[in-house]
Amino acid sequence: MNLFKISWKYLTFRPLSTGLNIFLLALGLAIITVLLLIQDQFEKKMNQDAAGIDLVVGAKGSPLQLILSSVYHIDFPTGNIKMEEAKRLSSNRLVKKVIPLALGDNVQGYRIVGTNHDYLGLYKVEFAEGKAWEEPFQVAVGAEIAKKLNLKLGDEFTGSHGISMGSHDHDQHNFVVSGIMAPRGNVVDRLVLTSIESVWYTHDEEVESSTESTDSLAVDSDMHVEESADAHAKFHQPVALTGFPESAEEREVTTLLLQFRNPMAAIQLPRMINSGTSMQAASPSFEMSRLFELLGVGISLLQGLAVVLIVISGLGIFIALYNSLKERKYDLAILRALGASRIQLVVLVFLEGILLTLLGAVLGIALGHSFLALVVSQSEQTVVSALQPWIFLPQELWIVTYALAVGIVASLIPAWSAYQTSIAKQLTKA
Amino acid sequence: MLDFPDIRLSAGESLLVLGKSGSGKTTLLNLLSGLLKPASGKVMLDHVVISDLSGQELDLFRGQHIGIVFQKPHLIAALNVKQNLELAHFFSKKKGQNLDQLLVDLGIEKKANSSVLTLSEGEAQRVSIARALANSPQLLLADEPTSSLDDENTEKVIQLLKTQASKIGAALIIVTHDQRVKAHVSQFIEVNPS
Repeated sequence: MNLFKISWKYLTFRPLSTGLNIFLLALGLAIITVLLLIQDQFEKKMNQDAAGIDLVVGAKGSPLQLILSSVYHIDFPTGNIKMEEAKRLSSNRLVKKVIPLALGDNVQGYRIVGTNHDYLGLYKVEFAEGKAWEEPFQVAVGAEIAKKLNLKLGDEFTGSHGISMGSHDHDQHNFVVSGIMAPRGNVVDRLVLTSIESVWYTHDEEVESSTESTDSLAVDSDMHVEESADAHAKFHQPVALTGFPESAEEREVTTLLLQFRNPMAAIQLPRMINSGTSMQAASPSFEMSRLFELLGVGISLLQGLAVVLIVISGLGIFIALYNSLKERKYDLAILRALGASRIQLVVLVFLEGILLTLLGAVLGIALGHSFLALVVSQSEQTVVSALQPWIFLPQELWIVTYALAVGIVASLIPAWSAYQTSIAKQLTKA
Repeated sequence: MLDFPDIRLSAGESLLVLGKSGSGKTTLLNLLSGLLKPASGKVMLDHVVISDLSGQELDLFRGQHIGIVFQKPHLIAALNVKQNLELAHFFSKKKGQNLDQLLVDLGIEKKANSSVLTLSEGEAQRVSIARALANSPQLLLADEPTSSLDDENTEKVIQLLKTQASKIGAALIIVTHDQRVKAHVSQFIEVNPS
């Protein structure tokens, strides 16, 4: 028998009230845990994915949408821009480097990104198997996709138009897996990377085959053979590994990821692009901090709710301790008569409060992580699915500390009244 | 203001303190057990002046040397029978008697692991006596131990207190207004408020 065991017995003696108090506290702490985890990982991820990108240039529209679609691959792209115009921008002396992206297709909901090898360098991609694309229709797939779709080197698949599942398939030419990227914990894990040419040719074929079917009679058969042979030959030309691909036709890309040459560029370039061209420029850091500001209201609302829950559970614990202590004055007097000191009784009361809140804290943290795990498992392919629910943050120790503080504060008055209990009065009141 | 004459009791002896309700019997018991302090005079047990001890010292001394049987059993409902007895050992920091044997002696060994809520009144009273005996005290105090018992159980409880007290060589003081007890204990004093 010891004090710990006695307080445990007292707690388990009234399981419902104990359970309710623990649960209330756990709920409040779970909300805080989830917020902590999301905030930490989101911000880290957002910063990580946007690292090295000073400016995003794309078609005019919402700047936030532009950032979300071309850096985080969440929202829809704003449209396409002319490659000629993009090329002209890249030769500006304020621009250090430009990575063009061609977006707009998907494989079972995972986005296909046409780009060049600079993009691999930007995210420091390493390959778990195989190597990067060198010819059109060769693709490098992200670690998560390879796992979910069970893709291996040499596997073929078709892309679909649009950036979400269910649109029509581009079934004229299959993509071939040339490499599987090692997991990096960033946005690339959920992308299919290929050359810009692949994306172009996919859409070219579409046009060709549709003209073919409608105007087949008008087309000279010789010319057609020649053309298709020519078209076939270009599928085995090496693609551009850096910069813009060569093309005789007038081509389009979706967005440009841009790095500044010097700090001056941060001031001059966006203004120049926004007013002097038909494109728009958006800064990832600016747009993301704007987004967090917008989300901030919701987060502080949740935080408020969590605090209210914790305060209520603190009150609940206080009332439970105080009430049970009133019923227990006899018990306390008996313990004193058996030789317990005042201090031991005070410790007993505190132990009870601390045990309650400690259980609440552990349950709360477990609940928070499980809730996040549930949310993550329910949402594939979105940015939420990249969250890791079983990472434990040092801040979670603070949660335990908060909980213990609640327990100690809630026990103060009951402990004082336990200290004050007069044995003789209690036992002879009868 | 209550005034008590000098009372002296040797080990193994029994004393009955009789008196009507409100006469000050319980106050005397509280003084003897150190739960209250006398305004003047002394309470001594085995050469230790209890009335001079204070705080933790007094609590510990009481736990180790004085066993008290209260008017009501006052068992800890959250604990089972045996755990209630273990409390006495824990708080007095003393090994005390073998609890299983004690439960056998008092005829409640079958209830050792039951919740105290399932005990009958007689059983609960015996558990509270066992708790008072658990540390082999030198002084066994009983406050109205028979007030809610019938004749048969009264006799049993008094015999139990006497035999157990003499077995461990403790002085036994029973405070009661119950005249039935008189038949079993020869030595008595009567408290009359004056």
